[in-house]
Amino acid sequence: MIAKSGAPLLRIASVVKRFGGVTAVDDLSLDIAAGEFFALLGPSGCGKTTLLRMLAGFETPDAGAIHLDGQDIAHVMPHERPVNMMFQNYALFPHLSVEGNISFGLKRAGLPKDEIASRVAEMIALVRLEGLQTRRPDQLSGGQRQRVALARSLARRPQVLLLDEPLGALDKKLRESTQSELMELQRRLGMTFIIVTHDQEEAMTVADRIGVMDKGRLVQVAPPRELYEAPNSRWVAGFVGDINLIEGRVTAIHRDLDRVVVTTSQAGVTVAARTQVVSTGDAVCLAIRPEKITLTAGDEAAGAGGTNSFAGVLTDINYIGGLSMYRVRLDSGAMLKVARANARRTGDRFASGQRVSLSFAPEDVVVLDR
Amino acid sequence: MSGRRIFTRPARLAAIAPYLWMALFFLVPFGFVLKIALSQTAIAQPPYVPVFDLTAGWSAFKTALSALSFDNFKLLASDDLYILSYLRSLVVALVSTAILLAIGYPAAYGMSRLPQRWQPVAMMLVIVPFWTSFLIRIYSWINVLQHDGLLNKTLLALGIIDKPLAWLATDSAMYLGIVYSYFPFMILPLYATLSKLDDTLLEAAADLGCSRLKAFWLVTFPLSLPGVGAGVLLCFIPIVGEFVIPDLLAGSDRMMIGQTLWLEFFTNKDWPVASAIAVVLLVVLLLPLLVYEKLQRRHLEARG
Repeated sequence: MIAKSGAPLLRIASVVKRFGGVTAVDDLSLDIAAGEFFALLGPSGCGKTTLLRMLAGFETPDAGAIHLDGQDIAHVMPHERPVNMMFQNYALFPHLSVEGNISFGLKRAGLPKDEIASRVAEMIALVRLEGLQTRRPDQLSGGQRQRVALARSLARRPQVLLLDEPLGALDKKLRESTQSELMELQRRLGMTFIIVTHDQEEAMTVADRIGVMDKGRLVQVAPPRELYEAPNSRWVAGFVGDINLIEGRVTAIHRDLDRVVVTTSQAGVTVAARTQVVSTGDAVCLAIRPEKITLTAGDEAAGAGGTNSFAGVLTDINYIGGLSMYRVRLDSGAMLKVARANARRTGDRFASGQRVSLSFAPEDVVVLDR
Repeated sequence: MSGRRIFTRPARLAAIAPYLWMALFFLVPFGFVLKIALSQTAIAQPPYVPVFDLTAGWSAFKTALSALSFDNFKLLASDDLYILSYLRSLVVALVSTAILLAIGYPAAYGMSRLPQRWQPVAMMLVIVPFWTSFLIRIYSWINVLQHDGLLNKTLLALGIIDKPLAWLATDSAMYLGIVYSYFPFMILPLYATLSKLDDTLLEAAADLGCSRLKAFWLVTFPLSLPGVGAGVLLCFIPIVGEFVIPDLLAGSDRMMIGQTLWLEFFTNKDWPVASAIAVVLLVVLLLPLLVYEKLQRRHLEARG
C-alpha cells in the first residue's frame, strides 16, 4: 500500500483525453503521494471528472501515462485495477441488500467466506450502519446510502479511493458532518483519497492539497491555505473565494522596502504591495481578499494619507450572519468588496450612503501578472 | 380533515373504477359462461337446458339451479381429446415463449445499447408490421410457406434443396407464425426495463471487479427480471388460447384448446361443453398469473 520510497504513489504524466473535437484533459501531469487526500476542484466541464474516470479505468487516455505504484495502468481494465470509486449518484445495486452491496466486490475478489463476512462487519461498523444490513438501498435515507457507497468502495481496500462529488446529494448540515467523517476515516485508514468537487469549501475542508482545473489543465496545485492566500493567477484568485481585482501598471520598485508601487488605471491611486517578479512598466493585477480590508467610518483616516488608505462611499450592506459584506465606491470610482465579522450583536455603526475609509496592509495584496 | 375528505372521495371512486369494469365486463359474462358450462346440451334455441326464466319467479330459479350438473367437466376429464388439447396448448405456449425470450432478450438488449437517436428507429421497425392486419400477415406466411411459395423457390434457386419441402401445415410453420406475431409483446417490455437501466451500475460492477459478462449476469439480468416476467406473461397467456395461427399454419392432426373449443361451439353446437372448456382454460391460465403476482408481491415486500 505504501509507495516505494521517494516515488509518488500515483503519477499522471502528460495525459490527454479528447471527446470528438473537444479536449477534455489537456496534457495534464500530476503526482499524488501515498496517504494523501487530494481534491480536484474546478467548474463543471473543466475535465476533473474525466480525469477521475481515467484513473478508475472508465476512460482511456489518448496520450500519456498513468503510473500507480510504478506500473502503467492507463490501459488496464477497470475491474483489474487496485482502485475503487465512490460514484456521484452512489450507483448502489437496487436488487441487493446493504450487505450484498458491500460484499459485492469482495466476492469478485474470491475471498474466503469468513473473510468476506468479517470484512463486511468491519465496514458496517466503520460507517455505522449496524442494524441495516438486510435493508435494500431504497429503504435507506440519502445519508445512509452515501455510507453504503463509501463502505462498498472501501471494502476491497483499494490503493486509491476515488470520490466523484460524493457529498453533492446531501443537505448542508449532513454534508459538513460527513466531510469531517471522511477526513477522519482517511487519516485512520492511511489510504490515498482523490475527491472531485466543484465546491471549494468542501475541497478546502477535506484536502491536504487541491488541484484547480480549468479547460482540461491544472492551473494551480497547492495546499488550501496557499491556494487561498497566494493564488498564482487571476483565474484562480477569482475562482477560489471572493476577491477584489484591481488592474494597474508598475510604476516603481523599492527593493530595499520589499515593495512595488502600482498605479492602478481604474482607481488612479498608488498601492504598495509585496515585491513580485515584476519590472517597472509591467501590466499587473492586484488581488486583495475582502476580509483583509479594514473599514472605518468617516473619511478622516484616509485623509491622513497612510499607505493603501482610501476614502469612499458605502453603497451596499449584505448581512449574512457571521459576516457582513460591504460594497464601497472609492472616490476614484473603483468598487471594492469588504468583509467584516459581526463581532457584536448590536451597535453596527455603518449605513449605506455614509463616507468611509478603507485600508489594507501591503503584505495582504497579491500581485498577479496574468 | 375536511380537505382530506374532499380529495378522498374521487380518489376512492378512481380506485374502484377498474374493479367495476372487471365486474361488469369480466365477472358477469364469466357467470353466464359458468352457468352454461353447468347446463346440458339440447336441441333448442339457445342449445342448452335449463334456461333461467326470470318471469317464472323464484321457484323456477331454484329448479333451474338444481338441474345444473358437473357432467360437462366430467366429460372433459374422461375424453383425452380435451386433455391432449390442453397439454398441446401448454406445450406450444411454453416452447414459443422460450423461443421468444431467447430471441427477444438479445434483441431488446441490443436495442437498449444502440445510440440514443437510433433507438426510436429500432422501436419503429418492431412496431411497423403491426400496422398491417394480423390476418393478412398470417395469410402472407401461407403464401411464403406453401409448396410453390417464396421459401421453397428461394431454397431451390440457391441449390440448398433439390425438391420442394413441406413447410405449411407443420408445427414449424405454426411456431414461426406464433414467434413472428408475438415478438413485439416480448421485446417491448424487455426493452422498457433494459433501457431504464442505469449505466453507472455497470461501471460500479466493473469497478468492483466484474468482467462485462459477469456484470451482465450479476446486475443487468437480475434487474431486467420484471421485464422478463411481463414479456413471458404477455406472450404465454394469449398463446395458450391461440386459435388462428395453429388453425392456418399447423397440421390438422393435433389441436390446441382454442381449436377444440371452436369445434365444440360452432361445429358440434355443444355450448355447454365449449363453455366448460373455456372455464377450465381460465383456471389453467390463472395459475401462472398467481405465481407472477406472488413473485411481484415478494419483490415489492422486499423493497418495502
